[in-house]
Amino acid sequence: MILPPEAPPAIELRGIDKRFGAVHACRTVDLRVEAGTIHGIVGENGAGKSTLMAIMHGFYQADAGEILVRGQPAAIRGSRDAIRLGIDMVHQHFMLVERLTVLENVLLGAEGGARLAPGAARARAELARLGDAYGLRVDPQARIEDLSVGAQQRVEILKALHRGAQILILDEPTGVLTPQEADDLFRVLRALRTQGCTVLLITHKLREIMAVTDRVSVMRAGQMVAHRDTAATSAAELGELMIGRRLLPPPPRSAPQPGPALLEARGLVVRDAAGVERVRGIDLALRGGEVLGIIGLAGNGQGELLETLAGMRAPDAGEIRLRGRAVFPGRDFNAAALRRLGLGHVPEDRLRSGLLSRASAADTAILGYQGDPAYRGRLGLLSPGRIAGHGARLMRGHDVRPPDPTLRAGLLSGGNQQKLILAREIERDPSVLLVGQPTRGVDIGGIDAIHRRLLACRAAGKAVLVVSVELDEILALADRILVMFDGRVVGELPAAEATEGRLGLLMAGIGPERASAAPVPA
Amino acid sequence: MEVLDAALPVLAATLRLATPLLLAALAGLVSERAGIVDVGLEGKMLVGAFAAAAVAAVTGQAVPGLLAGIGAACLLGLVHAYASIALNGSQVVSGMAINIIASGLTATLALIWFRQGGQTPPLPPGARFLSVVLPGTEALAGVPVLGRVYATLLGGQTALAYLAFALVPVSAYVLGRTRFGLRLRACGEHPAAADTAGVSVARLRCAAVLIASVLCGIAGASIATAQGAGFQRDMVSGRGFIALAAMILGGWRPWPTLLACLGFGLLDAAAIRLQGVAVPGIGQFPVQALQALPYGLTVVLLAGFVGRTVPPRASGVPYVKER
Repeated sequence: MILPPEAPPAIELRGIDKRFGAVHACRTVDLRVEAGTIHGIVGENGAGKSTLMAIMHGFYQADAGEILVRGQPAAIRGSRDAIRLGIDMVHQHFMLVERLTVLENVLLGAEGGARLAPGAARARAELARLGDAYGLRVDPQARIEDLSVGAQQRVEILKALHRGAQILILDEPTGVLTPQEADDLFRVLRALRTQGCTVLLITHKLREIMAVTDRVSVMRAGQMVAHRDTAATSAAELGELMIGRRLLPPPPRSAPQPGPALLEARGLVVRDAAGVERVRGIDLALRGGEVLGIIGLAGNGQGELLETLAGMRAPDAGEIRLRGRAVFPGRDFNAAALRRLGLGHVPEDRLRSGLLSRASAADTAILGYQGDPAYRGRLGLLSPGRIAGHGARLMRGHDVRPPDPTLRAGLLSGGNQQKLILAREIERDPSVLLVGQPTRGVDIGGIDAIHRRLLACRAAGKAVLVVSVELDEILALADRILVMFDGRVVGELPAAEATEGRLGLLMAGIGPERASAAPVPA
Repeated sequence: MEVLDAALPVLAATLRLATPLLLAALAGLVSERAGIVDVGLEGKMLVGAFAAAAVAAVTGQAVPGLLAGIGAACLLGLVHAYASIALNGSQVVSGMAINIIASGLTATLALIWFRQGGQTPPLPPGARFLSVVLPGTEALAGVPVLGRVYATLLGGQTALAYLAFALVPVSAYVLGRTRFGLRLRACGEHPAAADTAGVSVARLRCAAVLIASVLCGIAGASIATAQGAGFQRDMVSGRGFIALAAMILGGWRPWPTLLACLGFGLLDAAAIRLQGVAVPGIGQFPVQALQALPYGLTVVLLAGFVGRTVPPRASGVPYVKER
């Protein structure tokens, strides 16, 4: 405990609020960061951490609230102001000009005169000194694009130190690093703390928070929900705080009667556009008559896994069998072909891939199945009347409100959008149903309705896969639970043995052996 | 001696014809290195040419004409800056609009003001930029070869030509060795990086567009008041686009761009020289083939057949911060 503080806090936020259109990214956030400490900010992706830090660094302006730097109110209207106050940031996506050299990147914005040469000479000497002092060695003449990711990050830190940063913000710094590089980074951060620097570390990896921070603050859904001394908390507690609890009345669930495996995957590996492995060798078998739940903190590969199983992206390695038939590797591995083979998919991000927000509800209700002759009229053209009739039937049958098929899908509430998409998929009577984040942004009543629908599918013998970041949801629905961390399945538990405590530890990347030994919260 | 007799006029014409190309290509280079695509070079040169010729005709002096040309091009440049920086509009659309405005506006204004069918009155020698006689020309006149090279190739160009060629090392230096140049390159490659380093992307891009406009104004003045003697309708005739091609061929770098401009200038000079020349078996020499060559070369280069030219990464992309 740092009590009472002798110096004013390095940085203090009071009531910071920020919206991006309809998204409320930060809701009256308060934060106090003591000088000379390493302070962690944890929260799931989208909790508002990065926005908050970008506000401190002047990249965004807060809509309301106050920032105090070393006890003095500070107006940070741009990065220039932040840099003048000694606040600098290492962004998640590096702010380096790839085609310039290390030296030019370090100089940018701190050139020290209209001609580059004198400032460059000084910066070169400074880089050598900092390199020795902190073990941050980089060739100043190298081009950024030729450097490894770890070296690029060192350049970012050097850039900040060269500009005289005393408060250094790092946004998800280890997301792109190997474990060894991450260890090196932590050594640098500790050395900076010894020199009186204040470090703000944003991450969703609890292990790192426990390893390197002095204090930690937890954000969830744009709000600061807790502040803890690292020594007085645990990864399990932080995990719970990050995810939050949402109490649901458990829907009735009969005993599972698993049938044959309808969807099987072996050795799946999926890389993202940058070549980073998001799914690192996953095997799974999904049986008829069961709900398989996949849980993990957002961004641990479950989204990529779901898209791959649904045929939206091809894996880089592995095999997929749907109803006993090899679909990958195979020529007709795509979302449309898999749908014809009896696979339904409710995507994680309904606004991006589940519906067209400017299309009518009736059009939304046939998306992906628009080739069906049932929606055709004379001359084989789509028949608006038939589409509207189908939309109206679907909306009434699944209690989508208001049941107006001409309404634009984007104007429905989140819960009703989700009900409409689920109705569309269920109506095709698929034998395998993949559902991503079934109740994200859905109100309590909608959650219950959607859960009952999914359990009805299970009772009808369908194979249901639910990917969710909500522990309660997984516990309410799943017969079997897979926990994903860092692209791998780190644990599989039957529902009867799953508790929040055990799942929370697994989700935090703390191994199964320790998870089973840890005290289980009631 | 005969070779020299044939080559010297063509080479001198090459330098003369390369001058407006070079100015416009450097304009495009400065603008695109800052991240603003400028297909409006053509229009800005045309407006510059018209304003320069009009003011020179009225005042009877070349320099006020030059200043007017620069001013007029800058006004169009401000339109481009407003559309593409302040409003984050499409830079190509804005540039094309500028070309269309320039073409119609100059012809119309010329018709209204001078009533000579869309031209300005022919300029007397005093209202034009004339060939400069370099000091020592007479002293060297007796020296074989060197004397004539000095008189007609090194010398004998207009002040604007010397300015254009001097701007090559200047722009190379500014881009590579100064704070302004570093920031400019950063804004064209990764504006968010410049922004987080405390550099105002909007201000810098505006400065780049204005510098480009000044260069286009000079280029226009050189066409109407140095090469030519007065304004004629659409007299830039595609040179703004040839300049873009030269800039691309030069890989957005000043010295290679100079080479490309000289090459295109040489093609142009050769086309003029070969006009009407009979070629055995073909008849008249197909001058159009030479004139089309710059475009062909650019297409080939852009398609990646010769080396690989990499444009500034953020060129043409409006910098929008809020997500």
